[in-house]
Amino acid sequence: MLAVMNLQVHYGGIAAVKRISFAVEEGEMVCLIGANGAGKTSTLKALARMIPSRGEIHYASERIEGLPGHELIAKGLALVPEGRGVFARLTVAENLMMGAYHRHDAHAIAADLERIYDLLPRLMERRTQVAGTLSGGEQQMLAIGRALMGRPRLLLLDEPSMGLAPLMVQKVFEVVRRIAAEGVTILLVEQNARLALEVCSRGYVMESGVITLADGSAALLADSRVRAAYLGE
Amino acid sequence: MKTNRERFGLALIAIALIALPFVLAAAGTAWVRITNFAVLFVLLSLGLNIVVGFAGLLDLGYVAFFAVGAYVYALLASPHFGLHLPFWVILPIGATVACLAGVILGAPTLRLRGDYLAIVTLGFGEIVRIFMNNLSSPVNLTNGPKGINRIDPFQIGPLDFSASDTLGTLVFSGPIKYYYFLLLVLLAVIVINRRLQDSRIGRAWVAIREDEIAAKASGINTRNIKLLAFAMGASFGGIAGGMFAAIQGFVSPESFILNESIMVLAMVVLGGMGNIWGVIAGAVLLSFVPELLRYTVEPAQMALFGKLLVDPEVLRMLVFGLALVLTMRFRPAGLWPETRHRREMDADRA
Repeated sequence: MLAVMNLQVHYGGIAAVKRISFAVEEGEMVCLIGANGAGKTSTLKALARMIPSRGEIHYASERIEGLPGHELIAKGLALVPEGRGVFARLTVAENLMMGAYHRHDAHAIAADLERIYDLLPRLMERRTQVAGTLSGGEQQMLAIGRALMGRPRLLLLDEPSMGLAPLMVQKVFEVVRRIAAEGVTILLVEQNARLALEVCSRGYVMESGVITLADGSAALLADSRVRAAYLGE
Repeated sequence: MKTNRERFGLALIAIALIALPFVLAAAGTAWVRITNFAVLFVLLSLGLNIVVGFAGLLDLGYVAFFAVGAYVYALLASPHFGLHLPFWVILPIGATVACLAGVILGAPTLRLRGDYLAIVTLGFGEIVRIFMNNLSSPVNLTNGPKGINRIDPFQIGPLDFSASDTLGTLVFSGPIKYYYFLLLVLLAVIVINRRLQDSRIGRAWVAIREDEIAAKASGINTRNIKLLAFAMGASFGGIAGGMFAAIQGFVSPESFILNESIMVLAMVVLGGMGNIWGVIAGAVLLSFVPELLRYTVEPAQMALFGKLLVDPEVLRMLVFGLALVLTMRFRPAGLWPETRHRREMDADRA
């Protein structure tokens, strides 16, 4: 579903992502783990065409590296940005509706909204509340819900656990798991390596702009280098 | 649905606005002129509100579009080129040219954000003014700092906006006629603004203002939507500029200095960014209070002290500055903020 070849991202003269290649198959849930500043978020932003990059990005048998970022959601590629990026002054319901901005099928949109309220009942309770007043975890749920309103086939999740209390992190990941179970392909970027590897089937380890390890989750969890560097053992 | 009380209120406001110029004319035609300029500033503020309030793009050179509209009118309806097109032809041309100027400024610069965009727009405003100042040679396009004189007033059939007409006992002076025309334009601009705010585009503007990456990820073509805000704001500025040229009968570069841009921005911010009624209140307040001071401070000092101690012009800026500081201290979201803005400010405080 997604194949990346020789992806490079530069900020001025500094290379944040150095010629990485990886792939995500349809229906898979794959994670990209690594320390702060390894280039994970840059990779995700490049995939969502939020920042310029070099190299090939194949998505659903199409090259997307030349497309503008706003066209991707209509093709089923959704990004949940780092730091959530909810529209603070809009209500929860308005935020969710913004996720369906590119769609024009009012009935289906209304049905999807109901589905998302079922999946995330907390949002239903808070639907008339302004997003800026939600807790961090609720905002994360909202950002995910908003992305789902675009009916994505591939969901790019950037650090959903960031800044959340451990209990909330569990709840968010439970939601992510349920979305995956519904058949949405997920590429998850996480600093919390253990958590990420526990929900994903495969993982890539990124270090200073390059992918240093790629394996099944079980193997990565058992790998001595991963255990030493990311699992704190 | 509107309640009867609201309808009654609206009717009352409408009657007051219609009767206003005759009441003011009793105090002197100067006050009708002042009111006309206040309405022009309301129009400018509503235009800038699209850019700053709706889309969240800080524009410090907005007066440039006002200047473009004014010069388009001046060049097409004055002895300068010997052209005398009717105003209903020129105003749309002025709006279009200003709109183009907005696109020309916006296309390369809208990738910038916040402070950077503000600086570029500030530069653009100055560039336009300096162009007007210097385009008198080799071809005399703008007549340089001397400006363009003897600009045609509005003319609808036999109705000449520079002369007085009498209807029964009512005297319709030139400024009063302009007042009614301005009121009509204002009404149209308010309707357009309200429609915009509640539209898909309006929601896209809010989304961009809040989080650009999330907006783009939601499928909003952020570049075009921002450009649209710039172009629409510029068009309104252009229309206001055209009317300014006709009312004034004279344009010169010094009417379009940076101070004017800042004044319009202050009106938008003071009133309440994003809320149409707040912006109108801000513009009316900031246009009238200085004039009121101008007319009251001098006589008051003469009466109290027998001589002029403080120049009214100085006091005017002092009071103006104080009003802004007090507003920002006690009503940081503006006098009459947009509901969304207020909601967030309250949330920050809680």
